Amino acid sequence: MLAIDASGLVKSFGDTRAVDGVDLAVPAGSVYGVLGPNGAGKTTTIRMLATLLRPDSGTAQVLGNDIVSQGAAVRRSVSLTGQMASVDEDLTGRENLILLARLLGFGRSGARARADELLEAFDLSEAANKLVKHFSGGMRRRLDIAASIVVTPKLMFLDEPTTGLDPRSRNQVWDIIRALVSGGTTILLCTQYLDEADQLADGIAVIDHGRVIAEGTPAQLKTSVGYGSLHLRVVHPGQREIAERLLGERFDGVHRGADSTALSATCRDAGEATAALAALSGASVEVADFSLGQPSLDEVFLALTGHPAEEPTANEEESE
Amino acid sequence: MSDGQPAVDRSAKVTEGQISDSLSQALGAGAPAKPAGPITAAFAFAWRGMLKVKHVPEQLLDVTITPVMFVLMFTYLFGGAVAGSTAEYLDYILPGILVMSVIFTTVYSGIALNTDLTKGVVDRFRTLPTWRPALLVGSLLGDTVRYVIAGTVIILVGVIMGYRPPAGVSGAAAALGLVVLFAFGLSWVFTTMGLLMRSPNAVMNTGFMLIFPLTFMSNVFVEPETLPDGLKWVVEHNPISYLASASRGLMEGNMDTNDITVVLVTAAVLTAVFAPITGRLYRRG
Repeated sequence: MLAIDASGLVKSFGDTRAVDGVDLAVPAGSVYGVLGPNGAGKTTTIRMLATLLRPDSGTAQVLGNDIVSQGAAVRRSVSLTGQMASVDEDLTGRENLILLARLLGFGRSGARARADELLEAFDLSEAANKLVKHFSGGMRRRLDIAASIVVTPKLMFLDEPTTGLDPRSRNQVWDIIRALVSGGTTILLCTQYLDEADQLADGIAVIDHGRVIAEGTPAQLKTSVGYGSLHLRVVHPGQREIAERLLGERFDGVHRGADSTALSATCRDAGEATAALAALSGASVEVADFSLGQPSLDEVFLALTGHPAEEPTANEEESE
Repeated sequence: MSDGQPAVDRSAKVTEGQISDSLSQALGAGAPAKPAGPITAAFAFAWRGMLKVKHVPEQLLDVTITPVMFVLMFTYLFGGAVAGSTAEYLDYILPGILVMSVIFTTVYSGIALNTDLTKGVVDRFRTLPTWRPALLVGSLLGDTVRYVIAGTVIILVGVIMGYRPPAGVSGAAAALGLVVLFAFGLSWVFTTMGLLMRSPNAVMNTGFMLIFPLTFMSNVFVEPETLPDGLKWVVEHNPISYLASASRGLMEGNMDTNDITVVLVTAAVLTAVFAPITGRLYRRG
């Protein structure tokens, strides 16, 4: 049984086709990742499936109900955790949960009990009576997810649940997602991080310019890119060119990173990497950082589309 | 997921265990048979509005402070010149300032709705299985509490300055009630603006650009007798003038049914026109 069955979804804003014919088939009980850079159309797709936007064309069934003609039935079994935290900043954490519990049909005392139970479960009891605007990013995310399971949904939309979180909070959110799935909830997870999709998702659709450009398991996607990638930083920016040439003799897909010392390449064999390191040292290129790792979203994109996920911006260069 | 738990470091595992136990319990908890009906939902949203008055009182202060300044400045600066004495002018201006302070507060309803929209919390409300317009109706119900507070503050300031409503507390309460009722109708105009405009600031600027001339070109501050003909006509037909006259009547104990009827009809027309527009814009998203 499919939890989401969408075909040919299209949504334009003015001249921009934000979503340009998206097909999705998400099996019930799974985590399905929608992977893509900013502006690829992930959020617009989620908003259509959650009945917040009406598609220009195309159809979709969510848990067997049509998103346009049976919107009310769809809303009865889904919940949404948006990219911008979907909680009220001017209320306390507890008040947010009580409000939602009341709206979902709990009585007065039932709503309070449910709020306290969730605050406990999400390790938010201490901050329960603080205004949400004073919450840390991780706490806000946890509250956001707690708000989505006041009544446990059959399907949950999670839009970039860990963007901007520190690693510890990110791990917590991942644990919560795993617990939700083991309880039987289907999750549609939008993310910019291949790593996140790899950790959580059973299936992934890669989306770019409003279209699904690849689909498969995380393992299949990574194989399509190569076994992994080699990341290198030279000490002196001036030596990058020599390093680039030396790597180019051994590897495919050598490209420059965002900052002036970074290089990466597709690497199928760890032995080759050792040889490359030796060659660099032979040419007196000083290496600051050398690693073999999973392909990044950038590399998946490069392999699938021939263009990077995002043009490096001045901002990213500064943060490197 | 199917191929087993990925490796996590030991410290993360501890929190994972803790979260999972109480979480699976929370997930398994029984859910209500059906979501709240329209009335319960609207009152839940009204409660939300009142909590905001409690947590962010400065927003209320912002809109109350201007009318308080006006009543002080106009009474003591112009009172003698306009009405012969400050005490006499206070009798005239206070019911008018009551109108002004509550009308100013209605702009806030549009600003609050726009703020909600820009912050994403409305996305959550709109994906709930409750009657969608409950948020709008409930928020305006909550806002009426705000209107009552703003109006009461002005009446109290007047009393401190020596104003004594001839019709007593009940007259003042009746005037306040009428003003709040009119404000409820007018606030639909600002919720429409709140859904159309791009930012809370745009709603505020446009709202006050509309509200300022509307309140000043009324009989809130001066009797229209001395005005040039064209302006006089505008002032006499301005619904705010009817509202100010009606409040004066109620507070002085000589209520004018004609004024009150015009006020109630205007409020009803504003609601009938702008509530459906607001509803449609909100559903469309």
